[in-house]
Amino acid sequence: MSIPRPKPEKFRLRRTMMFMNAQKPGLIKDAYIYGADSIMLDLEDAVAENQKDSARFSLYHALKEIDYGDTEVIVRINGLDTPHWKEDIRVVVAGGADGIRIAKTESAQDVKTVDAAVTEAEKEFGVEVGRTLLMAAVESPKGVLNAYEICTASPRLFGVAISGGDYRKCMQVKVIPGGIEMLAARGHLLVAARAAGVQCFDTVFTNINDDEGFRAEVKQNVEMGFDGKSLVNPRQINIVHEMLAPTPKEIAEAEKIVRAYREHAAEGVGVFTIEGGKMIDIAFVPGAERVIKLAKASGIYEGDL
Amino acid sequence: MELKAVGTAGTLESSDVMITIEPTKSGGIDLSLESSVINQYGRQIKAQVLDSLKRLGVENAKVIVNDHGALDCTIKARVECAYYRGCQCDVDGTYPWGGVIR
Repeated sequence: MSIPRPKPEKFRLRRTMMFMNAQKPGLIKDAYIYGADSIMLDLEDAVAENQKDSARFSLYHALKEIDYGDTEVIVRINGLDTPHWKEDIRVVVAGGADGIRIAKTESAQDVKTVDAAVTEAEKEFGVEVGRTLLMAAVESPKGVLNAYEICTASPRLFGVAISGGDYRKCMQVKVIPGGIEMLAARGHLLVAARAAGVQCFDTVFTNINDDEGFRAEVKQNVEMGFDGKSLVNPRQINIVHEMLAPTPKEIAEAEKIVRAYREHAAEGVGVFTIEGGKMIDIAFVPGAERVIKLAKASGIYEGDL
Repeated sequence: MELKAVGTAGTLESSDVMITIEPTKSGGIDLSLESSVINQYGRQIKAQVLDSLKRLGVENAKVIVNDHGALDCTIKARVECAYYRGCQCDVDGTYPWGGVIR
């Protein structure tokens, strides 16, 4: 019957994180077949106020009985300003989800409050303390300004996501093609996340019929350096995976760097040049390894690294 | 904790099941089942509902199950939710996840 999920990996690949209403049995039973890196079962906005109790029961049994395979299972809990979040945390931990998405995060204290409740729940349900990961959704100007303290608030925290809907409302702006209205928030959050050494995810693109607009936004996400994106529709998954996939040239260069680094490291050499005269040291290696990992996840890697 | 009123949970959507539990004084569990898959899974659905009710300690009740192809995990979730709604207690912070809810 119930098979516990393996211990979650803090810095795994999370190109696509897809929202799913935890209350809808038709959705959650085959959530994993779409191939998103992570699914985010939602107890918050997708669930009506008078169904918050019902969604938890669905969530608990789905977590216990459905085999999600390699797909990461995150649960978005209700905000700290609601009466629901504590019980949400209990059910998430008891059910053994990989992590929690904290909605409307505004300060380090918000993260610490959730962290403490998660620790308490892990002790109550006999789960290894520290197992459950956290991510913080930043949805307000205050959250953006406090991004660095949010990013460094807990060792459980693997990343932050900017959430455009509420943020745009606060800023009194609408969705603009090209994203000028979100530029400051995206940029600031990325800088904070990189400074803290955690991942950073972009907001959802809700017009599911506008493929061109979606592609333009994903392209910008890639160029800005986002690790991935929150999604609302399975149709968007493959587009992101395809656009995040490295080119054959990038893969070939990454392979050269990794191989040359391994050879030289064995001989005790730290700086060297590769074919074409490019100077390489250890600083290039994590980037190159990330390219190989992405290529493998994209199903286009044919090498043996 | 005891059933005090009629509790209902679930919807009539595909892959879901709607469950209504009405407390009675005696007579055991009176279960009526309607299902789009009654010929294939009728007995299994009944057994799942009775199993969950037993765990929850419900001995006497009129139970109406209207199924549209729900998985076991959904059937359990809806029975439990209907029961807790019928109990009308504030159990936030103390739901027995992994205890009688399993």
